[in-house]
Amino acid sequence: MKVPGLLGATWILLRKDLLLEWRSRSRINALIFFSLATLLLFSFALGPDTALLRRGAGGYLWLAVLLASVLSLGESFRVERENASLEGLRLVPAPARAIFLSKALANAVLLLGLAMVLVPVLVAILDVRVVLPLPTLLEILVLGALAIAAPGTLHGAIASHARARDVLLPLLLFPILIPALVAAAKSTALVFDGDPMGQVDSWLGLLGSFDLLYWALGFALFPRVIEE
Amino acid sequence: MVLTAAVLIYGAWLALAWAPPEREMGDVYRIMYAHVPLVQMGLLAATINFACSVAYLLRASWRTDALAEASAEVGLVFAALGTTLGSIFGRPTWGVFWAWDPRLTSMAVFIVAYAGYLALRRFVDDPEKRAVWSAVAGIVIAVDVPIVYFSVRWWKSLHQMQSSPKTVDPQMVYTLRWNILGYFLLFLTFLGLRYAIALAQRRRETTVPEPARSVSRAVAS
Repeated sequence: MKVPGLLGATWILLRKDLLLEWRSRSRINALIFFSLATLLLFSFALGPDTALLRRGAGGYLWLAVLLASVLSLGESFRVERENASLEGLRLVPAPARAIFLSKALANAVLLLGLAMVLVPVLVAILDVRVVLPLPTLLEILVLGALAIAAPGTLHGAIASHARARDVLLPLLLFPILIPALVAAAKSTALVFDGDPMGQVDSWLGLLGSFDLLYWALGFALFPRVIEE
Repeated sequence: MVLTAAVLIYGAWLALAWAPPEREMGDVYRIMYAHVPLVQMGLLAATINFACSVAYLLRASWRTDALAEASAEVGLVFAALGTTLGSIFGRPTWGVFWAWDPRLTSMAVFIVAYAGYLALRRFVDDPEKRAVWSAVAGIVIAVDVPIVYFSVRWWKSLHQMQSSPKTVDPQMVYTLRWNILGYFLLFLTFLGLRYAIALAQRRRETTVPEPARSVSRAVAS
């Protein structure tokens, strides 16, 4: 039998993760409704001032995605702990880094999908307008989802084996993600409000560098995290 | 320890009585003699933690793991104290306790991130896994703090740039240097004690305990 290389193994594992996600759609649905509820909570907490809500829309979008990401990341390693399937994966003759790449990509795809569902909702309930071209918004969503997914997968793997994992994951993850949150929220706000000063590109640059750095770190360190 | 106390007391006397008051801020600025060294020692601790984390992943050793634990905990105390003093200092000079300035914000992230790191250490029971995972978490945090600094710098900044010794009264420079030395010695003392405790804990966790004597034999003897 041919042993798949890094990319081949990543592709197979990614397909497995996404298939699992698709077969149990109840988890995706729960995630979507969780973030919708979060968006509603933000709106109620800040009162009925539409102008104020509209100005904060970029921030709410990413906070909703961030809060949902903690649930989805925890879940993505909980299914591996069940029936000790992570042990099984480690025994497969595939590089451990393929597990990182596939897990992080699967989480990024999930978060991207979630963000793409939430944007039209923001347009509807907060009356925001997408001023900049749609590809720019898509670029922000992709980079933002990637930024949460890489450190999230690394810390998700760590936290899933510790005690009090539900508290530990956000405690480890949120401080790390602050630069990504700043860049993603700021650039999304520019998409909604218009960008007369041309700042979007520099925020995207920051977000892109964050992605590069943390995907590289995760790629390098993940095998040590799951070793026995 | 006696030396540490002596230098700290001398430094405090210099700072409170000997150094001249500042032209704009008067006596208020004297809190700077504690604020600056504390924050510096916090950053030094983070550097030690990062170096120990990398060293542990390259070559596993309880010594580097214990030093990483000690530096994170002592550094967190120093950084939190330094930031609190800075906040108290900010009220009379800037008019606010807190501002969304790059350095303040990086320190806040620093404190929360290392609190998470220490929580991770508490929540993992297996000493080897704890060492590897916290080394990974330590590296991730150390990489993050500079990015936070730069990302927030793009907002407007309030914090003064570092003064160079050339533009400052030599008496103030002298006082600050003694205080930095004093807090450095204090930091080393804490770090050494905490390191010894951490190493002893590792020893206790990793050595196999003596087999328990059965109750009947204990009663018989």
